[in-house]
Amino acid sequence: MSADDEGAALGARLRAHDLSAAPAALNLLESTAPADRAQAAALLHEVSPTALGHEPPGQLIGVTGPPGAGKSTLLSALVHAWRAHQRTVAVLAVDPSSRRSGGSLLGDRARIEFDPADRGVLIRSTAAGQRLGGLAHATRGAAAALAAAFDVVVIETVGVGQAETDVADVADTVVVVVQPGSGDVLQFLKAGIMETPDVLVVTKADLGQIALRTQRDLAAALRSLGARDTRVLSVCAVHPPSGIDELVAALEEHRASLDLPARRAAARRASALTDFTIEHGERALRALGGRAAAQALLAAQDPGMEVPALVDTLERSLA
Amino acid sequence: MARRIKLAGQPYNESMSSEHSARLPERDRPWMMRTYAGHSTAAASNELYRRNLEKGQTGLSIAFDLPTQTGYDPDDELARGEVGKVGVPIAHRGDMAALLDGIPLGEMNTSMTINATAAWLLALYIVTAEAQDVAQEQLQGTTQNDIIKEFLARGTYAFPPAPSMRLIADMIAYTVEHVPKWNPINICSYHLQEAGATPVQEIAYAMSNAIAVLDATRERVGEERMEQVFGRISFFVNAGVRFIEEHAKLRAMSILWEELGRERYGVQDPHHLRFRYGVQVNSLGLTEAQPENNVQRIVLEALAVTLGRDARARAIQLPAWNEALGLPRPWDQQWSLRIQQVLAYETDLLEYPDIFEGSKVMDALVEELLDGARAEMAVVAEHGGAVEAVPYMKAALVDSHRERIRRIEEGEQVVVGQNRFTETEDSPLTADAEGGILVVDPAVEAEQIEAVRRWRAQRDQAAVDEALAALARAARDERAGAASPEGENLMVATIAAARAGATTGEWARTLREVFGSYRAPTGVGEAAALGQAGIDSELGELRGEVARLQEKLGRRPKILVGKPGLDGHSNGAEQIALRARDSGMDVVYEGIRLTPAQIAASALQEGVHVIGLSILSGSHRELIPAVIGALHDAGVAAPVVVGGIIPEQDVAPLRDAGVAAVYTPKDFDLTRIMRDIVALVDAGANGSPAAGEPATVGAAHGGASQANGAVANGGA
Repeated sequence: MSADDEGAALGARLRAHDLSAAPAALNLLESTAPADRAQAAALLHEVSPTALGHEPPGQLIGVTGPPGAGKSTLLSALVHAWRAHQRTVAVLAVDPSSRRSGGSLLGDRARIEFDPADRGVLIRSTAAGQRLGGLAHATRGAAAALAAAFDVVVIETVGVGQAETDVADVADTVVVVVQPGSGDVLQFLKAGIMETPDVLVVTKADLGQIALRTQRDLAAALRSLGARDTRVLSVCAVHPPSGIDELVAALEEHRASLDLPARRAAARRASALTDFTIEHGERALRALGGRAAAQALLAAQDPGMEVPALVDTLERSLA
Repeated sequence: MARRIKLAGQPYNESMSSEHSARLPERDRPWMMRTYAGHSTAAASNELYRRNLEKGQTGLSIAFDLPTQTGYDPDDELARGEVGKVGVPIAHRGDMAALLDGIPLGEMNTSMTINATAAWLLALYIVTAEAQDVAQEQLQGTTQNDIIKEFLARGTYAFPPAPSMRLIADMIAYTVEHVPKWNPINICSYHLQEAGATPVQEIAYAMSNAIAVLDATRERVGEERMEQVFGRISFFVNAGVRFIEEHAKLRAMSILWEELGRERYGVQDPHHLRFRYGVQVNSLGLTEAQPENNVQRIVLEALAVTLGRDARARAIQLPAWNEALGLPRPWDQQWSLRIQQVLAYETDLLEYPDIFEGSKVMDALVEELLDGARAEMAVVAEHGGAVEAVPYMKAALVDSHRERIRRIEEGEQVVVGQNRFTETEDSPLTADAEGGILVVDPAVEAEQIEAVRRWRAQRDQAAVDEALAALARAARDERAGAASPEGENLMVATIAAARAGATTGEWARTLREVFGSYRAPTGVGEAAALGQAGIDSELGELRGEVARLQEKLGRRPKILVGKPGLDGHSNGAEQIALRARDSGMDVVYEGIRLTPAQIAASALQEGVHVIGLSILSGSHRELIPAVIGALHDAGVAAPVVVGGIIPEQDVAPLRDAGVAAVYTPKDFDLTRIMRDIVALVDAGANGSPAAGEPATVGAAHGGASQANGAVANGGA
């Protein structure tokens, strides 16, 4: 069980870029024990824009795509490239849970290569739990906290359709990964089942023609949707790698093009509303005067306020 | 499809005149008898080989240690604890010369269990023969060289799939031309059965694997050499205790093989169409409990591969009775050799034509297996062939193995002495101080580290550098591999490097730098969640426990499962991971070949509550304390449990080193192991046993599940 000031202390260490505070911070943020929840809120307050005076500097990147698309191989190559530029990296890998047992097999670790002696890399696997959308309850908080300490924070989820919508609520940049010849993403994109990502990556460029064709088809679909800003890149993450530096550059460019405080503030408010609704239900939302009223209430708060504080605001106005 | 049960294979007697008589005109020559052997050092193994040959063994079967199999020198960090354990360390041509000293290579038939580094070990063999004035054209033997089953079941791969397949195709192309009596590859179904394959899966995956190899080779050598290539491909199979069905399996494989040769590769010559196989019988079914029963199992399994003349093994090696306990001693291996000799020389087995010819039962069994195998081969083909289907096949094997364990747990499948008839007297066989097994002197590793450093210091470094640079150039040759006979053959540069005095680690490192490294799929993510009613009721209770523990901890109990060291036999670890998931835990499955530092970093970053380690290679005395030390340095307080082939006398030292519980093959009830683990985490949450302190757990001491057992000797 946590000590009284553990949350705040861990938050302060993360603010000071003490990466060794990250595992304990994540243990706390994942905990559902009431005492831990209070400490977690204190931790998140320490790293909130309100407390920092600015958005946490880490780049928040969501990576999602169907199983087998090559996400982990791609991440191995990206982690390697970022570390080569002395950028610290945290990966939050979210795996689905078994509906039968509630347990999960968190397999990504075995697939992302990392040097155990390198203190600048952290890989944390979490189970999505029973929540729809593929994001673990603690993932938003974890991403926000780690962004105070790490240069890059990746949130990796599995799926097509809902997954990238969910990850968009927490990431600055959403990357959808597809493998050559996979038609689902193309169809989902055209049908509007999935939202337009910021960057589309076609893996396995070494397959040649089929990879090129997939890249062209996706680019054409995006043009017809009017999504001219979405980059479509073809990469090969296995030996010899290609396109990784271009991807790193594309991620930088996208981030530079953002109004970061506005995007993150909107994301935090959306997350607070989601968390509130899951905790108290639609009935409570109606008691607040409906979704629009709740959104207006959130919009009136300090834009740098962290998610638990925003949820707290909604709860107080309920009472 | 026309059914044709009469097989082409008439291994030892071409005459068909005996077809209508009860006896052969002349007794058949026995198969080649081998013992899978090697440990400690080249010199010690050489002594063992000479003794074995004196005892009537007719061929050599070399067991290499795991660093040699995966391409590391004895002084590599990853080699720690593994040097000389499951086989002999061979780091350079000097070691190979010592290993084969006094053994006439022009006459010997040598089988080498070597895969990722097969090209290198064959090169060392060729160079050693040169020194004996034996030309490579005269060499006879087999390199296992089957990489797909390494990805699926055995784990001693070194390079990614595409360059691995190129190495194999290069080797086949080279040997067909220059070492014509050599079997460059043994397609292994053996390890698939060890990983839980059903007979149908064993046949289908082995044949699919053969197709992948032959297709890759066809691109390398061209259509016109395929007749010869096909004739050089042999198999390495397994036989379990269900020996009638197992025999049917071999007849089915013979039929499929001939069909494949004719239809896919246009092979005409009946000699080339013969299904040739060597065998090591099943280790998975050998038990730690009442280990003397393993002798009868081995005898029956030997019958599976010898009874019917039309599908009889060319070469046999039998495991020893004590493989589930630890490494066998020379005496244990002699016992297994004598089983072969009694069968071949005392019984009337070799006096008859095929005794199953015309048997309706056997024909029907064969048909059943053929139908199943053809259907499963079609599924693999739909996935794009064996290389592309590795994740599919791996997940299917994990599922089959789990089903096997379930049947044993529930008593549906009887294992005498383990889940039935368990009352026993104390065994005099394990009464000696070392528990009836071979213990490798721990000083061996330090000696080998010194020796390889001396070797590097005394050789012509410039020649080595030049040879390795040439190897890297050949590896980078873009023309090689797919559809290009004109690319440089890696065997040529490999033999030159062997001659120059390069080491195993240098050869593999040079290629890793060009080819990149690789981690094979684990199969556990795709395996279905357990749904059998019987287990669910027991598991249901445990899930309730886990849920209560989750409330207490604030988080779902999280376990890290992984394998330190170079041992790639991941079946047990995979089953533990699955059962933990099915119990409701969050499972971080780390897979194989982990350093203590990697395990500690993962445990810390993942915030796990307990750590489960599996080791079957005998390196636990070195590696487990190293992991515990690394965990301590990282400030991780989670308790450690260990499963694997852990001799009884090693349990106390491991617990003294801080291991909370040890499981060996006699602990076959995985749910019970999970209950122990949950209790251990619960006790930790109460603050009673601190990290690494022995906790009191259930009855299961000295035992990993049946899942954790299997294949003591690094996998034949």
